[in-house]
Amino acid sequence: MANIMIQGSKGAYVFYLPKRDLEDAIVSMEFDTPEKWGGEIKLNNGGMYYIEPQPAPARLPISLRAKRLDAAE
Amino acid sequence: MSALTREETEALIQEVLEVYPEKAKKDREKHLAVNDQSIEQSKKCITSNRKSLPGVMTIRGCAYAGSKGVVWGPIKDMIHISHGPVGCGQYSRAGRRNYYVGTTGVNTFGTMNFTSDFQEKDIVFGGDKKLAKLIGEIEQLFPLNKGISVQSECPIGLIGDDIEAVSKKAAAETGKPVVPVRCEGFRGVSQSLGHHIANDAIRDWVLPRREGKAFEGTPYDVAVIGDYNIGGDAWSSRILLEEMGLRVVAQWSGDGTIAEMEKTPYVKVNLIHCYRSMNYIARHMEEKYNIPWMEYNFFGPTKVAESLRAIAAKFDDKIKEGAERVIAKYQPLMQAVIDKYKPRLQGKRVMLYVGGLRPRHVIGAYEDLGMEVVGTGYEFGHNDDYDRTIKDMGNATLIYDDVTGFEFEEFVKRVKPDLVGSGIKEKFIFQKMGVPFRQMHSWDYSGPYHGYDGFAIFARDMDMTLNNPCWGKMQAPWLKKADSETEKKAA
Repeated sequence: MANIMIQGSKGAYVFYLPKRDLEDAIVSMEFDTPEKWGGEIKLNNGGMYYIEPQPAPARLPISLRAKRLDAAE
Repeated sequence: MSALTREETEALIQEVLEVYPEKAKKDREKHLAVNDQSIEQSKKCITSNRKSLPGVMTIRGCAYAGSKGVVWGPIKDMIHISHGPVGCGQYSRAGRRNYYVGTTGVNTFGTMNFTSDFQEKDIVFGGDKKLAKLIGEIEQLFPLNKGISVQSECPIGLIGDDIEAVSKKAAAETGKPVVPVRCEGFRGVSQSLGHHIANDAIRDWVLPRREGKAFEGTPYDVAVIGDYNIGGDAWSSRILLEEMGLRVVAQWSGDGTIAEMEKTPYVKVNLIHCYRSMNYIARHMEEKYNIPWMEYNFFGPTKVAESLRAIAAKFDDKIKEGAERVIAKYQPLMQAVIDKYKPRLQGKRVMLYVGGLRPRHVIGAYEDLGMEVVGTGYEFGHNDDYDRTIKDMGNATLIYDDVTGFEFEEFVKRVKPDLVGSGIKEKFIFQKMGVPFRQMHSWDYSGPYHGYDGFAIFARDMDMTLNNPCWGKMQAPWLKKADSETEKKAA
């Protein structure tokens, strides 16, 4: 689990992982509706992370915990 | 214009690496790269923010340097206690030239050194009592201080003193902020972690202090973050922002005060100059207070104009018009500077090795003078710094991370730049080699270099150094008998 930050706005989310200075666009997010938001997210560099599905945050950026599924190196 | 091709540069790196033992070579190889603008992510070509190799000469600092020296130190109306043995504070005292307005020792304390001067008995029995006593004495002797920060040196973390408890108690007694900062020098690989720790301390102990209190804001409030007022840099930046109609609420942290920092959550936009040392707090404020932030670059008229327009784009037409007015006002002045110095500096090549933002930010200023940066590197940069650098640097130029003394010397010998810009630890080596040198940490006791006014000084300084007739007359003592032909070339 890692602390991450989701920035940007709907349709153009940006993923930020401070520990690794990784700032990258999110190309796909599993759930992206006001009621259910999160799940598997795929980054532009090919990395995959998982954030617990939750109601969409009222405002970005937001700090979250994410699980690494597949990090692109 | 670059003298070396990609292959030659790659061969140079390999040649320099040749002297290392196998394991060291493998490690250092990852920190040296030839710039390729087509690469989007720097980590594909360069590794950064890793522990320096034991045995090589590195010029990195420690977490205490990052927190006390960089982020907290310039806050002028607070007293920063170097908590621990006397050396760390004394040998870094007043060296960074963070200018400020005020009467030192009365209402400002920037160049003074406050230390708890640890002795053996404090290590054995703990230094908390001493710290409490010290804070009491400070209150008595310097009643106009607006707060205290406790900057831990290594022993504090090793013996496990509870500086947080002492600080909370003292803050309750005095009614002023007393901020414990856990910036023990052994944390992290360089001063970079110290910046982060200092930012976190500001986040936890400073920013919440004025939450919910009244603030008379305007729609044009901004904060200048990450400008440490080296030689007056923040002042020459600030006047441009004010001239275009913005209100600068806070300066972080050069010539800054604790009150300004507490008011920062009310601004409309955070303007970040030194991304490396202050991006953490900007990101925090974006999340918590919904304040957008942007990076800007005030080195050289091209970049200043670009940045002023980018800043203005965040505001209404009044500011946009103000930005154009400022740019138009300074344009002829800057043209005069360029007309004067460009013919003298045209085509000269520069190698840089500094920290923070300068390895990429000053490239524009050199280009305005017709000079070319052929090598650059960060002391303590991270991946995101190199991401930003790759686009600014020319193709096939050298990039080096945490370069060692040996590597830097070899690179300079082979690339033969006309000017080297780095710090005090490199200065005399290169000057003795007959290479013109400017300190780009402290602006070689000159400055400011930011903004339009700064560019005029920057151009003069570069000309003064580069075209100084002394370089041709220098010969390193160990080269006395060598062929004077090669000497002239090196100079």
